[in-house]
Order: sequence, then C-alpha cells, then structure tokens
Amino acid sequence: MSDGNQPPAGFKVVGHRPIRPDGVDKVTGRAQFGADFHLPGMLTGRIKRSPHAHARIVKIDTTAAEKLPGVKAILTGEDFDVGAGGEIEAGESASAMKDVAANCLAKGKALYQGHAVAAVAATLPEIAAEALDLIEVIYEVLPHVIDVDAAMADDAPVLHGDMFTKGVTPRPDKPSNIAQRYVMGRGDVPGAFAAADVVVEGSYTTAAVHQGYLEPHACVASWGADGQSTIWSSSQGQFLVRAMTARILNLPLSDLKVIPAEIGGGFGGKTTVYLEPVALALSRKCGRPVKIVMSREEVFLASGPTSGSSMDIRLAATKDGRITAADMTLRYQAGAFAGSPVHLGCMTAFACYDVENLALVGYDVVSNRPKVAAYRAPGAPMAAFAVESAIDELARKLNMDPIDLRLHNAVKDGAKTVYGATVRSSAFVETLEAIKAHPHYQTPLKPGEARGVAAGFWFNIGGESSAAVHVDEDGGATVVSSNPDIGGSRASMAMMAAETLGLPIERVRCTVADTTSIGFSGSTGGSRVTFATGMAVVEAAKKVVDDLRRRAAETWECDIAQVEWRDGAAVCLDPSKDVKPLSLKALASKSAKTGGPIAAEVSLNAQGAAAGYGVHVCDLEADAETGRTTILRYTAAQDVGRAIHPSYVEGQLQGGVAQGVGWALNEEYVYSRNGLLENAGFLDYRMPVASDLPMIDTILIEDKPNPRHPYGAKGVGEVPIVPPLAAVSNAISALVGQRMTSLPLSPAKVLAARSGG
Amino acid sequence: MSRTVVRATVNGEPVEFLGGGGQSLLDALRDELRLTGSKEGCGTGDCGACSVIVDGRLVCACLMLAPEAEGKRIETIEGMADNGHLHPLQHQFLEHAALQCGFCTPGLLMASKALLDRNPDPTETEVRYWLAGNMCRCTGYDKVVRAVMDAAADLRQAEKTA
Amino acid sequence: MSGVDYVSPTSIPDALKALQTDGARLMAGGTDLLVQMRGGRTKPKLIVDLKRIPGIADIREEDGGFVIGAAASGASIGEHEGLRSAWPGVVEAANLIGSTQVQGRASLGGNLCNASPAADSVPALIAAGAICVIAGPNGQREAPVETIQSEPGKTTLARDEVLVAFRLPMRPARSSDAYLRLIPRTEMDIAVVGADVSVTLDAAGKCTAARVSVGAVAPTALLVEAAGAALIGSSFDEDALTKLEAAVAAAAKPISDKRGTADYRTRVAAVLARRAALIARDRALGAKA
Repeated sequence: MSDGNQPPAGFKVVGHRPIRPDGVDKVTGRAQFGADFHLPGMLTGRIKRSPHAHARIVKIDTTAAEKLPGVKAILTGEDFDVGAGGEIEAGESASAMKDVAANCLAKGKALYQGHAVAAVAATLPEIAAEALDLIEVIYEVLPHVIDVDAAMADDAPVLHGDMFTKGVTPRPDKPSNIAQRYVMGRGDVPGAFAAADVVVEGSYTTAAVHQGYLEPHACVASWGADGQSTIWSSSQGQFLVRAMTARILNLPLSDLKVIPAEIGGGFGGKTTVYLEPVALALSRKCGRPVKIVMSREEVFLASGPTSGSSMDIRLAATKDGRITAADMTLRYQAGAFAGSPVHLGCMTAFACYDVENLALVGYDVVSNRPKVAAYRAPGAPMAAFAVESAIDELARKLNMDPIDLRLHNAVKDGAKTVYGATVRSSAFVETLEAIKAHPHYQTPLKPGEARGVAAGFWFNIGGESSAAVHVDEDGGATVVSSNPDIGGSRASMAMMAAETLGLPIERVRCTVADTTSIGFSGSTGGSRVTFATGMAVVEAAKKVVDDLRRRAAETWECDIAQVEWRDGAAVCLDPSKDVKPLSLKALASKSAKTGGPIAAEVSLNAQGAAAGYGVHVCDLEADAETGRTTILRYTAAQDVGRAIHPSYVEGQLQGGVAQGVGWALNEEYVYSRNGLLENAGFLDYRMPVASDLPMIDTILIEDKPNPRHPYGAKGVGEVPIVPPLAAVSNAISALVGQRMTSLPLSPAKVLAARSGG
Repeated sequence: MSRTVVRATVNGEPVEFLGGGGQSLLDALRDELRLTGSKEGCGTGDCGACSVIVDGRLVCACLMLAPEAEGKRIETIEGMADNGHLHPLQHQFLEHAALQCGFCTPGLLMASKALLDRNPDPTETEVRYWLAGNMCRCTGYDKVVRAVMDAAADLRQAEKTA
Repeated sequence: MSGVDYVSPTSIPDALKALQTDGARLMAGGTDLLVQMRGGRTKPKLIVDLKRIPGIADIREEDGGFVIGAAASGASIGEHEGLRSAWPGVVEAANLIGSTQVQGRASLGGNLCNASPAADSVPALIAAGAICVIAGPNGQREAPVETIQSEPGKTTLARDEVLVAFRLPMRPARSSDAYLRLIPRTEMDIAVVGADVSVTLDAAGKCTAARVSVGAVAPTALLVEAAGAALIGSSFDEDALTKLEAAVAAAAKPISDKRGTADYRTRVAAVLARRAALIARDRALGAKA
C-alpha cells in the first residue's frame, strides 16, 4: 500500500484512484484476449519445433502431411524471404529482421530446442497435431553450447558462420559466438585502483529467466483476396506487429490492419513477433483465417526469456566510503541470435552513483537457447545485482550503513552518466532517505533474521506516440490511445484527459485503436506510455480546450485571450460582457453551429522522459537445516515523478518486486547435457505464488515531478525489478555470513553457504 | 464416437455440447460454448486461470475432461455477476486495482469465491495459501489479497444486515 | 488429446471390462493423466473414468480402521474429521498434492498409480501400513502400498487390475503420524524430499511401534525399517533421533536433477524424518494421552 500519498493540490482527477474504465470487462470475463477471437471458417495453426539444441536441417518432407484430409496449408522457413532484412525499432532496441524471420521459422539450421521448423493449418486441432507428426524433418545434429562463458571459449561450437565480433578492431579473422563487444568508460581507472584505500571484487552469475506473462502468445490472421489483411493479436504494439509482419511477408503497411487484443501480460516479452507472420502466411496459402495459440511449453521453449549473465566487478573506494573507480565486465546470453541487452547493462550499472573513473566492457553472446526478448528494464537487473552486491560488500568492509554509503555516492542533478546524459529532476537521494526513515528500516531485526538493501535505475523512454480526444455531443469525451494497455494505462490516459478538460473521470472513456484508426505509436515498453502517449493525450485535450475557448469567444464576440478554461467550462474574463460560463456540455451541444465536431488528434515524438530510481529493503529468514528462505517483509521506494493513478503505480512496484524475488530465489532455465530445457512449464519454473510473498509496502516519492511532462509523470514500470535481486541476495549473504554470487539462491545453495560449503 | 453429447448446467442454464476424451472442460467452455472468460495459461493445472466451480468444488477446467461434466453444475466467471450487479469480489478487485493485465483475474475471482463460500472470515495466510494455485505475474498479490479480505468483510456485513 | 474415447462405468466389473480395450487408461482425478496427455507423453485411446463407480470416492470407517476409496479427492479427505484425527500425517500428505483446484480432483489412487518417486501421499500411506484393495478379472486381492510402485512411472499392478481402495488399520492408543516435505516455494511444487513417520507410544511416552518412509530419494518411496527400529524403545532422545537420521541417509539413493542434488536430498531427508518423528510423537501424546 502507499504510504499515504495525498492527491496533489489543485488536481481533481490526477493523483486520485478512480476505477479503471476497462475494469468491468476484466472482472466479468468479457475482455477479449488474443486467444478469444473466433472467425467463421477459421483454421487451427500449429508449429513443428526442433527437438535438438543445434542441428542442420537436411530436409523437410511435407508430402504425407499435405495428403491428410483437413490440412489446408503447410509452411517452412523457405517461404519467408526478407533478403538483407534491415532493422526495426522495437521497444528499447532494434531488431534485425533477418533474425526475426529466421526465429519465426528456421532457415537451414535449428538453433535451439523448440525452434520453429514448419507450420500447418488444419480444420481441427487434432488434425493439425497429426499433420505435425507427419511432417518429416531430417536433421544433422551439431554440437551445441548453452552456457555464456562456454560459448565464448575458442573451441565452442559456432552458431553463425557469418558472425564476426563487432566492436573489435581489427575485425576478427574467424567467426565466433560473440556478436558484439561494447566498451564504455571515463577517467583513470588503473590510477584510481592504485590509489584506493579499499578494493572489493567479485564474480557474479544470474540465470536466464522468463517474463512469465500468464497469457501465451496468440493471434488470428485473415488474408484478403485483394491482399488486404487483418491480424488480431495480443502484443505490446500493434504497429510493431504490423511493421514486422509486413516486412517478413513483403506487404505494404497500409494493406495490413492489426487490431490489438487485450494483452495478458508482456513485461517486454511481447515486443516482437513469433506467430503473426506464420499465421498470415498460412492464411495467404489457403485463403482462410488461421488462429495460432502457443502452449505454455512453447512459450518457455521458443519465446524470449531474458539473458543469463556472467559478470566480474571491482570497486575502488576511499576509507570514508567514496567510490573512486569501478571496472566491470558483463557477458550476457543473447540466445540464438544477436541482441542481448548487455549494452543497457553497461549503461545502467553505475547510473545511481557518481563515480569518477569507470571502465565497462560488455559482450553480447549467442548460444543454443531461445532468442532473448526484452524483460522489464532489460539488462539492468543483472548488472545491478553485481553492483549492489559489491556495494554491500564495501559497506561491510567499511563498517558503514549501506544506505549511508549509497547516499555518500548518490548521483545528483547535473552529474554526467557514463553514456553521456546529464542527470536532471532526479530524486535518488530522497528515495534513499525515505527508506532510511521508514519504520521498516528502523525496526531492529530479530535473531535469525537478516536485512538486505539495494538500489536500481532505469532510463525510461519517450518517443513516438499518437492520441486523439473526441468530445461527444452530450458533453463527455472519448480518448483514443495508440498503445496496448498492459497494466491500466487506459485509466491514466482518461484521467489526464479528464483533468485537462475539466470533466469528471466518469465522463471520459478510453479505447485502444487499431493501426488504421490512430496515428503511429511506438510499442508499450520502456515505461513510456503514461509519459509519451500521455503527453499526446494531454496535447490533444489542450487542442480541444483551445477549440472550445475559440467557440466560446465567438459566441460571446470577445477576444479568445479573454476566455479562460476553468473546471470544464469557458469563463469570460472580459468585464464588459455579462455572460455566464459555457460548460463543455453546452458547447458540445451546439458544435454544429460553431464549426462542427470537436476533436483533436496529436502525433508527437516525446522528449524529456526522466529516469527513475528505486531503493528496496528486504527482511528474510532461512531454515538452518534446509536452506529454505522466507521473505518476511519488503518495502520498495521509488522516484515516480508524479503518480497519475497511485494504485496502479503501487501495483507496478509490487509486481516488479515479485518478479525480482522470483529471479533471486527460484526461477531459472535448467538444461540437460543434451541442451534440452528440463523445466518448460510453470510447475518446475517456479514463479512466486501468493503464499510465497508478504504484503509489499511501497513509498512513492513525488518530490521531483518531471518538468517535461504536463502532469509530472516519470516512467514507473521497469525500475522496480532492478533492485530485488541484490536486496534479496544481500539479506541472504548477511544471514549466512558469506557473499552469495550466483542466482537463483535455491535452498541447496543457501544451505551449502550456511554450512560454510 | 470420440465425441458425444454432454448435458450440464452452466451458470444456472442447461447446456448441451459435444465432448470426448480428447477435450478438456476448458476446451468445451471456450470452443463449444464460447465462454472465453475462463483462460488457458498453462493447460497443466499450474496457473489456475481456468478455475471454475463444479458441484461446489473449485477445479481447473483444463484438468477435467469435457464428458465428465455430464450432469454437473458448473459455475464460471460469466455467471459471477448477478443480473448485471457485480459480486462484492468483483467490486473490490476494481476498487483495489487488484488487476493489471486481467488475464488471471477470472480464475482468481472464481477461486476467491470458492474460498469465501466456505470460509467467510479467512486470515491473510489462509487467503494466500488458498490462492496459491492462481498465478498472477502482474500484481505481486498484495492488492489481490487485500481485495479478497475486504470482499469477505463486505459479505459478512451484508449477511448481518440481511 | 485427439480422438480419445471416454467411458464412465458404474461398477467394478464394467470398469474391468472396459480396461480390456486396447489403449485403455484408468482415470481417477485425472490431474496427472490429463497433463501427460497434453504433453503428448501418453496417448490413450480410451479413458475409463472410475469416479461414477459407487463408493470409489467414499471414505468410511470399518473394523476400527478406515477405507479410503481410490478416487476420493484430497479435498474430501481433508474434510473427514475422523480421518484427520486418526491419521493426520496421511491427511496432510494428501492435502499437499497440488493447489486447491487440484485438491478438488486429485486422489490417493492416482497419486500411487502415477508412480512418481516424489508422490506426497505415498510415504504417508507406507508409514501408515496402508493396504491396497485391488480388483482384477479373478477377483479381489490385497497388497501393502510399498509393494505397488516398481520404478518411476511403473507399478506392479497387472494391466487388467483396478486399485479400488486403501485400508488403514485400526489405531492403537497414543498413535499418530506426520508428513513433511521440502519444496523451494511454499506451494505448487513437486517434493524435493518427503518424509513420513508413524508412531505408537506406551503410557510412559516410549515408542512401541514406528514406521518411517521417505519419498523422492529413490526410484520409489522407501520404507526405511532401520529408521523405524531406531525409534522403537526410545523416548525420542537425541541418540535415537541421530540413529534415525543415519538410517534414513543410508537408505536414500537419490539422483541429482532439476529439483535438487543428491547430496542435498540425502541431507534433508534425514532432517525431515527427524522433524516428522517429533511432530508425530507430540501428536500421539496430545491426541490420546
């Protein structure tokens, strides 16, 4: 729960907690998610997947499957031709389209267990399943590599013969699994280490973890005989689905309409395509709509987790706790194709701290795993695990309070980040102070309990967004958003519009439009929607207000400068006019006589997103004889700018904490010696359930509203997954008296550490 | 003969549908009866998104065969609101913002209803363990648990004043 | 899950007859079978649902003991007052199988016949000395639970036999049992290790009978007779408990897999057996002192 944030003075809607406009549909089962659509004549699509971690596809024989009654279309990777491919911006990073296509259907080689090799569409699910069995694929099994460090070894099996490490000069003379090397830094690192009073160092690893959204990927695609097609799908961006699908199938964008379904969670994992190009290509082959829904096993095998990582870190500090230098090497799994978020790991690693001398090297490494996808603050939680563990170690060495040590080094406005940005409107110091003053941090621990503290950072982004505001003739308004609503954004959009228009929230509704009904928008990702699309909503609402003022001025025959918009009505400031205010409702009812319908659409490229900072504190205990840990208390504080709908902001913090705790304690991809995933299901993947967690207290820091957003919003969704890995691990390290360095911290690992093993 | 006619009562209405040993009750609800409020998150009984109440017992519709429904009384999320009036659980989930994406919500609501039907005054721990079979990846469960506790209080209050 | 026939016989003879069909599989709660079908690990042609056979899902008292129908759900076992007070370990083990939802369906018969080494209820039934009642073409036979599982996924039941019920013997005074398992989360996991201890005490609190069984540390749940023997004659003193732990650790032959390492399992099996023994003793003292 919030620590009692009060609605900001002067606002009637923003900062309050109304019921979300799409809420009733979601509590009554009426909301339509990706798998809920049904079209007449619709076929079931299914995908045949590689049983091997790495294999050359010698031959795919579809003859027997084609003959099975009820089979209407069969597809293989040879059906896709994207040529050189190019790149498409997708959320926080660009995607190479050649790789996206080859991930949707393998070409030449299967690069991981579960890699799609063929697809069928059939009249019944059971026929589609039988057809998959009848498709004969001849493989030449190749040596595989799973682990990131093993994949970097000189003698590792190479996945891509054309992969020559970028970012290294001269260009390497032989291919490897290292797609790219990133180098960042500043200052004199060796000098600072030589002069240091204290040095701490360590090596850390984290496991690959899945976003774990509850809704498996799903879509329906319908090809039109004239080439105009429609896709209904659950994704984080209808425009992204359109761009990627059109690119893979060589279609003009205007011939493809993508209708966003309700999305059952994404956390970054639905910022790419797996099914849509396949479903549409199948539909193109047989002229009937095709629905494809992944099973949970397919989600684990073939959709993106985030990178597992291996990191080395060293910190140099003075004896009074000033961190003078750090050097860090980060090696991130990319999965089967290049594109781990290791560069984001490098950029965020020390973003909370003002460190003069920095040296960071990141490696983006492919191996025989599913291609990673974005996952909430991609790249940051792993780096923060290493950094925040090292800082905890330093605090112990210096015998300093871990919050005081962080305060001593905290980044402040005006500081330069290692990636060149200047810090502004940051409230990291306030966030640290809030945790320090909180009753949780002030409560002494009981015997057998331990406490961990950690901080985290995320950039948050802006970018391209569109929104429209339509004033209805009865005086209400409809907001048209361009972004799939993944966690309540229709509520914040409607609230910002209501605040700007001066309407009660109940008179403003919000819908998410398809690609033909609103201007372009980037995906729902990067914690950008409330900021960027929200800015478009407010701009559109302001245009509407200006139009309403103009109409009032014309009605009153006064200068528009003499008309003020106040509490949902035009007020005349001209003392010579004796007129009553004209409400929005009154103006709307006469719109035909004052210039026609009242509406505005705004497309913009939002600049000025402000970074967010989080500080978490976690208390836990462990069973001395089994190593099982129990989280006893958890508090998360975050610099949120201003909370538009505080309940949903709190929810973001609580959800991020739960995912981070899962990452810290139990979640991981477990592989057999043959490179096969052994836990491709919820049972053995072990995400937190309700009884695993306590209530998660939140503190929303609103000291520094973002001046570049009309209502002060900063992105809030990603920061909260950054600190928990180290907050949990630091607590366990304190408990067992030994630095824990390898996630997840399973009972066996904790027991071994406790026993001094 | 793999599919036969199954007769059951769903949300108080008699229904007939085709089902065989190859279809789960969830398949029948979603594909035959078009009651898509029950969701498939895993198909293996691990996530609870398909939770329905069968003859008073909470079950995963994905772990029950369609023909087993013969003669049974089935409650789904579509029947939770009473003639357009939200159940106190639905109301409290909205008040508490106990949902983000909403995909797990129908299952959580059905499971919570099954709990309050037999335990009108559960402790936080009882709520958490009862709902352990309903995964939610968005909320961290905090607001869900609070919503269930408050709905329980609402129902007790309503019982008292009735 | 395609083209599968379904029957729900209403008598044991009808069920036995249906079982003669090629590709027939018995189903009680179905919480394992449906998952295996869904994953393509089993492809039955006919499902024989036992739950419409009268009595097969019932729990009744008989000759001072209990008869639990093979298809009785975990939820109905948990709601049975008499069973809860006589065999709390069996009940808690049955109630640990899966979620609330799974409890509405999962049965002891299915848990045993699925033959997972990690089945929660099996160590409890073994320690309880439960007897299986098995129907076959040639009539009915009885067999101790510990003789049923032969290896992971396999049982000693003949292809044409049906497990009908479990018999739990009459409880002497001052007897009780307890089941503990280790899972990384609090719920929803398969046991990394499970341990059940059933004891009877004399008036002075000395152990006069004890059976100890552990799960997930060998291809099948184990009856560890030496562990029971370590308790008999003792007052659960440190010496006896240490011997109990040693006996359990010696009997454990676990593998390392995605759920836990062999070393960890061996160590924790001993810890859980000791804890379960103390809980069973406390219950025996409290319940029928």
